[in-house]
Amino acid sequence: MTKAEIREVVLEILQEIAPDENLDDLKDDVSFREQLELDSMDFLDIVMSLRKRYRVQIPEDDYPNLATMNSTVEYLQPLMKDLERV
Amino acid sequence: MIAGHPDQQRIVITGVGLTAPGAGDLRTFRENLLAGRSGVQKYEIRYVGQTLAGICNHDEYRYQSRKDRRRGTRAGAIGIYCAHEAIRDSGIDWENVDRSRVGIYVGVTEHGNVETENEIYELQGYNYDTQFWSHHHNPRTVANNPAGEISLNLGITGPHYTIGAACAAGNLGVIQGVQMLRLGECDLALAGGVSESIHTFGIFASFKSQGALAHHEDPHKASRPFDRDRNGIVVAEGGCIYVLERFSDAKARRAKIYGEVVGYGVNSDATDFVLPNPQRQVECMQMALRQAKLNPEDIDIVSTHATGTTTGDHQEAVAIRAVFGESRRTRINNTKSFIGHAMGAAGVLELSGNLPAFQDGIVHATINVDNLDPDCAMPGLVLNEPQEVGRVNYILNNSFGMLGINSALIVKRL
Repeated sequence: MTKAEIREVVLEILQEIAPDENLDDLKDDVSFREQLELDSMDFLDIVMSLRKRYRVQIPEDDYPNLATMNSTVEYLQPLMKDLERV
Repeated sequence: MIAGHPDQQRIVITGVGLTAPGAGDLRTFRENLLAGRSGVQKYEIRYVGQTLAGICNHDEYRYQSRKDRRRGTRAGAIGIYCAHEAIRDSGIDWENVDRSRVGIYVGVTEHGNVETENEIYELQGYNYDTQFWSHHHNPRTVANNPAGEISLNLGITGPHYTIGAACAAGNLGVIQGVQMLRLGECDLALAGGVSESIHTFGIFASFKSQGALAHHEDPHKASRPFDRDRNGIVVAEGGCIYVLERFSDAKARRAKIYGEVVGYGVNSDATDFVLPNPQRQVECMQMALRQAKLNPEDIDIVSTHATGTTTGDHQEAVAIRAVFGESRRTRINNTKSFIGHAMGAAGVLELSGNLPAFQDGIVHATINVDNLDPDCAMPGLVLNEPQEVGRVNYILNNSFGMLGINSALIVKRL
């Protein structure tokens, strides 16, 4: 998957977790929490969705990497570069 | 004792919020009951396949965001809908109500089965590897979930909990609210019951294994308490929450009052896991009458619990004949014949469908009785067509549950 495709995957997951939010104007360099109503259970949903869909394991110590879209994609890229999008 | 209490000890119903199969509010529910309209439909559920159920079609998102709905449970969503509707109906100035003095008491027959079954079903796709088990499982399945979701949604900081009392739970929720108001533990109670039970295959499968799951080619004819050809229970979802207040408070704000809870009885059979005990049911109804200082002939309507099982209906008829057999005034009806068995919501929904009789003087029927089972014959049983009786002063509402929990609640017209 390319970075652009990984971004699409994260967007899809976010839309599922926060169905009331409009993600069209999401700023990739600003933290999710500043832009969306997300709490710790929601972040666990992101982790769980990636695990279920792509078997990607994100250790708890790495959660801070999921702060913004940019940092998330950056973090996921080496883990997902050889995977096909489902 | 209740009668003769000062107004602060008298507890009245000032708001009704409900969702039932075929009705998202009391007016529609009552219209269906008077028109003989059933809310039972064909339904399919995992593993069990085609069956029948009472299904609600209220708008889940009227009072809840999609995100909160996704995080919570069907029982929680039903509770939230009913609580909002009840508050709105009560006409209370909700913005200025002290939320720390509001108590939430919600009856449930069961809770957590739906989420547990769904998670295990999902987990099967991951070879039962528990690292794929949802972190939402615990908050969704804790027994207080349906009441807790109401608290979260409405910002209520008073006590919230559920009351597990099998199919007597709807009555028990109301009784708990009455008790807490009398004790001064809260100033306003949101009390009643909810059912999400049609979303767990286990309840259908278990009733089927027990030989107690109703079937009929016409869904509308499937729920038929007291009929000779009844063959079991139609499982339903639903909910009903009351706003309960002290009479003194309701009077002070000139609230519309549906009725006063003047008596109740709660006891246990202590005889069997499943089979009811008519003698204990008799004692339960007599307890409620004694508390209300009433005689059987004072009761205008007995709303029965009967679910459409061979033994249960017969046993309740035995109990009712023993208490009300000599009363010429008392009419007897049944709501499950219209909507099926709404489990934790059943008691309070069934009472609600009868409350408008205080205004319109009509007793809704029990429908689908094509051939009355002689074992279930009771004087005053209102069969298939509603009856105009004139002034209705008292309703007694029966609600019984597995493990032998019995309840009877008496509401008085004010």
